[in-house]
Amino acid sequence: MSLLEIEKLSLNIGRIPILKDVDLTLDAGEVMGLVGESGSGKSMTAMAVMQLLPSVAKAMGRVRFDGIDILAAPEAAMCKLRGNEIGMVFQEPMTALNPVKTIGEQVAEGIRWHTGATRTDAEDHARKILDRVGLPEKSFPLSRYPHELSGGQRQRVVIAIACALRPKLLIADEPTTALDVVLQAQILDLLRDLVDENRMGLLLISHDLAVVTEMSDRVTVMRHGEVMETGETASTLSAQEHPYTRQLAQASMHVPARARIRGAEQPAHDLLKVEAVTRDYPGRRASLFRKPEPMRAVDDVSFSMKEGQSTALVGRSGCGKSTLARMILALDQPTGGAIHFMGEKLTSRDEAMLKPARRNMQVVFQDPYGSFNPRHKVERLVAEPLHTLEKQPQGAERRELVARALHEVGLKPADMDKYPHEFSGGQRQRLSIARAIITRPKLVVADEPVSALDVSIRAQILDLFADLNQRLGIAYLFITHDLSVARAITDDVMVMHDGRIVERGRTSDVLDNPQSEAARALVSASPDLRRAIAKKLQEQG
Amino acid sequence: MTAYITKRLLIALVTILVASVIVFSMLEIVPGDPARVMLGMNATPEALQALRDQMGLDQPLLVRYFDWIGQLLVFDFGKSYTYNIPVRDLIAERVVVSLPLAIMALALSTLIAIPVGIFSAERRGRMADTLSMGAAQIGVAVPNFWFALLLVYVFAVWLRLVPAGGFPGWGAGAWPALKALILPAIALALPQAAILSRVTRSAMLDVLGEDYIRTARAKGMPRNVVLWHHALRNALIPVLTILGLQFAFLLAGTIIIENVFYLPGLGRLVFQAITQRDLIVVEGVVMLLVAVVVLVNLLVDLSYAVVDPRLRTSR
Repeated sequence: MSLLEIEKLSLNIGRIPILKDVDLTLDAGEVMGLVGESGSGKSMTAMAVMQLLPSVAKAMGRVRFDGIDILAAPEAAMCKLRGNEIGMVFQEPMTALNPVKTIGEQVAEGIRWHTGATRTDAEDHARKILDRVGLPEKSFPLSRYPHELSGGQRQRVVIAIACALRPKLLIADEPTTALDVVLQAQILDLLRDLVDENRMGLLLISHDLAVVTEMSDRVTVMRHGEVMETGETASTLSAQEHPYTRQLAQASMHVPARARIRGAEQPAHDLLKVEAVTRDYPGRRASLFRKPEPMRAVDDVSFSMKEGQSTALVGRSGCGKSTLARMILALDQPTGGAIHFMGEKLTSRDEAMLKPARRNMQVVFQDPYGSFNPRHKVERLVAEPLHTLEKQPQGAERRELVARALHEVGLKPADMDKYPHEFSGGQRQRLSIARAIITRPKLVVADEPVSALDVSIRAQILDLFADLNQRLGIAYLFITHDLSVARAITDDVMVMHDGRIVERGRTSDVLDNPQSEAARALVSASPDLRRAIAKKLQEQG
Repeated sequence: MTAYITKRLLIALVTILVASVIVFSMLEIVPGDPARVMLGMNATPEALQALRDQMGLDQPLLVRYFDWIGQLLVFDFGKSYTYNIPVRDLIAERVVVSLPLAIMALALSTLIAIPVGIFSAERRGRMADTLSMGAAQIGVAVPNFWFALLLVYVFAVWLRLVPAGGFPGWGAGAWPALKALILPAIALALPQAAILSRVTRSAMLDVLGEDYIRTARAKGMPRNVVLWHHALRNALIPVLTILGLQFAFLLAGTIIIENVFYLPGLGRLVFQAITQRDLIVVEGVVMLLVAVVVLVNLLVDLSYAVVDPRLRTSR
């Protein structure tokens, strides 16, 4: 008998089927990877095991955990299992902890609830488990509040809560998706160690095939609420017998075709020139009477970009990438240094003088939904940058321009009368690209433009970026912590660390042979599907 | 934390200062001679001059302002011209009615509203939620004087449990005085409770959708435990904000209820002073109310920091 046995689990919300005949088994000490794109039912499967489904959801079939029929278990019995026998780690560490309770209270709470331990005993226990997950007492006393911790540290607290009572089963739902690659590697290491120490079963849910391949003994591939394929990790992913598995694997390794590698015919003048740029933020005030020490987010950064050049700016979260991008877009003023764009100085100029620069410089953000006003139609949203033109097109002319931009990103001109919610995530990102190119800019700054997208959509959007670069000669500054994106569509890469650019060069050179410590850390922590499959093949024979 | 408190204190002081300038200017913007406005067209020149002397109207503006502020600091609000007694005594007489009434009404509304709000948030969309929110809707819509009259009819006229109106004074003993305040407190509290329960419900619903509620549930704690231990404290901030606003209203905005129950409260005092154009009384009471409102808001701001640790480390 396995630790967890899911048999023919089906789940409906209203009349909509969410899961159809899902089968899955997991043994003690085993890691099962559950992969699939968004909406495939991965999280719902996990929530069904926890019995934390929305009240309108109806589950059928059989879920047995350690011999207990979970779907039939009364709520009181489930409360005994949750947090005690089954622990769960969630995707978003920034919001997973209660902001008004200390981390000590939050870890000790579950311990007290299940064991009936006294406050002091529970706190001792909490202290031990926090030490274990890498939050030592010296820097992380129990009295810390979540807002005093970074994302990676908060995720460690969540893991401590989930693992405090040595559960038999740990469910981790996209535990590292919100973290940068270096933190991701650390958290995955921690999870793997905890599994080995306690012989836990781990159900690891992820959309990232490389992560799942690295971590799991077996994988289950889901799509549209159904299991497509399940089997040993190495054989499943090396053979890729199921067409959907193959499609996922290919999409995750997708590199857009880029005919022209730039070099010889480079124009002599610079499109963008950043000179010794520095940005300080006011630090936290320690005393009423002393001025706080400023925090330096960007430290003496200089670089230049040519027309049509595609450059990646990579680095861990908090390294200053986005601050630098905001200054290039003239949305923020540097504390020191200067930025020139098309020969014009951007820094310390007023908004009217910046207008010509703004029309040649556009931006694509990470969250395609958050960057659109939901009450406006596509025509208005995509036409927005047109106000930077000298003569603003109206009526038919404006619709003409919007239609052309939509066509260029692979959408239909008829889409301009729709609202953003009528589009899928990938289509929305196409909309934001259409908005960015409508003024025929020379430079597009893209801040993590594909990290919120599923792998197959992501491959399409990367193709679109590559295509627009070739056809329209747009230069890109790609800000990302994902090296596979950098590798796929950029010529050059700059590695940023603690506000400084620590390494730069041709993308393939830097990523294949990183010199600086920061670049080496990024490269070695980055999950790579090919490497992961090769390693698994060795392990599993 | 000290930075936060200092900042809040400074803001409160500046607010009072600005308010004092505005209240003081009130006398100045009244067209013509304030003394004549107060005394009416038929006043004798002697009476006018006497009032001018009393109010110091012949002195320069700034001198008068600073004199006035200086007096306020020692709780000297001047002398009422209609009652011919110090405004301070007038206020003191009324505060002993209005303050207990406001506190009783606020306590009652909080005791009703917060449990009802939590209760309906927990049973969102179910019968109990629909019923209690429907009742709250009625509570918001029904005018409180009508409700007050209904209370008088049932409890005073019909059941004869409490007096229909008037205030015997605290000298008559605590119980008779409290008894006279019970009906007005209920009449004031119910509409406030209706608003507050809706705010509590929506704040709770927002919080119950948060990720950390799911984390707490995944620890194995039952729904109702999570509700009290994790959700309530996070939902308190909007509730505290409304509570602060309601207290200010209950202290002076209760003129209709005071009239229904013949209570000699602050609201009636201001109303009478305005109709009698007794600007000195108006000035004094308004200043006092400003100070109380600012103080209550200061307490609310400080309680935010008690509830939410993130505010303690503000820059």
